[in-house]
Amino acid sequence: MIEKLMNIDRRIVFILVALAVIIPSLLSVSFPITVSEPTRNTYDYIEAMPAGSTLMIGFNYGPSSFAELHPMAKAVIQHCFEKKIQVIGMTLLAEGATLGDQMLKSVAEETGAVYGEDYVYLGFRPGATQVLLGMGTAIDSVYEADYAKTPLAEIPMMANIKNYEQIDLVLDLASGSSTEWWVIYTNTRYNQQIAAGVTGVIVSQMYPYLQTRQLIGLMPGLLGAAEYEKLIEKPAKGTEGMSIQSFAHLLVVGLVILGNIAFFIQHRQSE
Amino acid sequence: MRRQVPLILCFAFGIVMALTEFSPHPFSQGLNKEVIDWALVIGPFALVLAIATLVQTHWVRIRRRSEYWRYSFLVFIGMIVMVAIGIPAGQQHPAFEWLFEYVQVPMDATMFSLLAFFIASAAYRAFRARTLEATLLLVAALIVMIGNAPVGDLIWNTVMPFGDNLPSAARQWILDNPNLSARRGIILGISLGVISQSIRIILGIERSYLGGTEGD
Repeated sequence: MIEKLMNIDRRIVFILVALAVIIPSLLSVSFPITVSEPTRNTYDYIEAMPAGSTLMIGFNYGPSSFAELHPMAKAVIQHCFEKKIQVIGMTLLAEGATLGDQMLKSVAEETGAVYGEDYVYLGFRPGATQVLLGMGTAIDSVYEADYAKTPLAEIPMMANIKNYEQIDLVLDLASGSSTEWWVIYTNTRYNQQIAAGVTGVIVSQMYPYLQTRQLIGLMPGLLGAAEYEKLIEKPAKGTEGMSIQSFAHLLVVGLVILGNIAFFIQHRQSE
Repeated sequence: MRRQVPLILCFAFGIVMALTEFSPHPFSQGLNKEVIDWALVIGPFALVLAIATLVQTHWVRIRRRSEYWRYSFLVFIGMIVMVAIGIPAGQQHPAFEWLFEYVQVPMDATMFSLLAFFIASAAYRAFRARTLEATLLLVAALIVMIGNAPVGDLIWNTVMPFGDNLPSAARQWILDNPNLSARRGIILGISLGVISQSIRIILGIERSYLGGTEGD
């Protein structure tokens, strides 16, 4: 019996995972969400920004991570447009270019934000380090035109935005090392305020930067998206995903505990 | 000459760029900006190099009929189709966006989603409390996982009469304290390694970036 439990067919585990994902997505189960301090700090900072301030969002993720980071992007952009905060979108990853464009357009459609007045999308340029350093002196030295090839000089919103000095906060939505690049090249060198929203697997790497205030806030994975949605009182994909995440986490915790019980019984028997 | 010129350029630019970081003089800052502009021009060449390497790798695989060589045709088809639409029509063209949204996004998301199944299976088989260190790691991981899901707080608050939202608070404590300390140690180690390696490259002691062997 114990031997069987220890060598359980992995297809059974796969079926259990599939059920833990499918069942809660079919049932509309919801759980109360506790907002963590790093997410609240991000929200509070943006909430305190006056109308007409500028937020730069880096869509530094690809389709593999968009389930975690897209809801976060949506919640923050909604918050910004409601508060009349100008948004500049850009990406350091080629795969992020279309995702960023689609996200900004869809939230703008919902909220009535106007391109060129309320938001601008710059798109992708290769050479992450050089892009970050270059925007410190002049954004138009890196992006001479926006994603739709309109010269920045012809975009009204960009008339007074020349470099990081006119950007009040950078929000990096990342599935890789880009947050560390922003910290190294823009916070340290240009004293730019930075917040981040990252995938669950890399969130633990960001805590040293939070403590030093090199990051003013941090949203952890899908949970961060759900927390931000709760703060702006607009439950959406992040909140929906919490029931699936809850069941999946419970399943993995249960499997680990079960595996260890079997391991200890077998260990005792062999002794 | 093939090795001396890159070494001299690396030494000159390395020293000059390091010095400009410490001088606020307009000439120094102007020079810094100028070199960053050059680097911006050089950046796209890396992209060209990456494409050339990809083509070469898959072309060799097809020519030699290596294992799974037929899949290399898919790489070429994907690349040619996206480039053929993306370059003349632009990334905002409906065809490009359609291919991205209905081909690349589902494929990428599917590949990543498969991880959940393998992680669950691997966690069941390999995550064992064999030693004290493994037990500590196991307990910390379980607390963080439970704290990361709202159901953890819900169960705790329902069952326990004390410590409201303890799972999420415990998770936050682990991230804020032991995790932060360990991560900072790693960052310091990596940073010292990067500094020493940079000095070795600038001074020409480390030459592996030039390719070939030391004796070339």
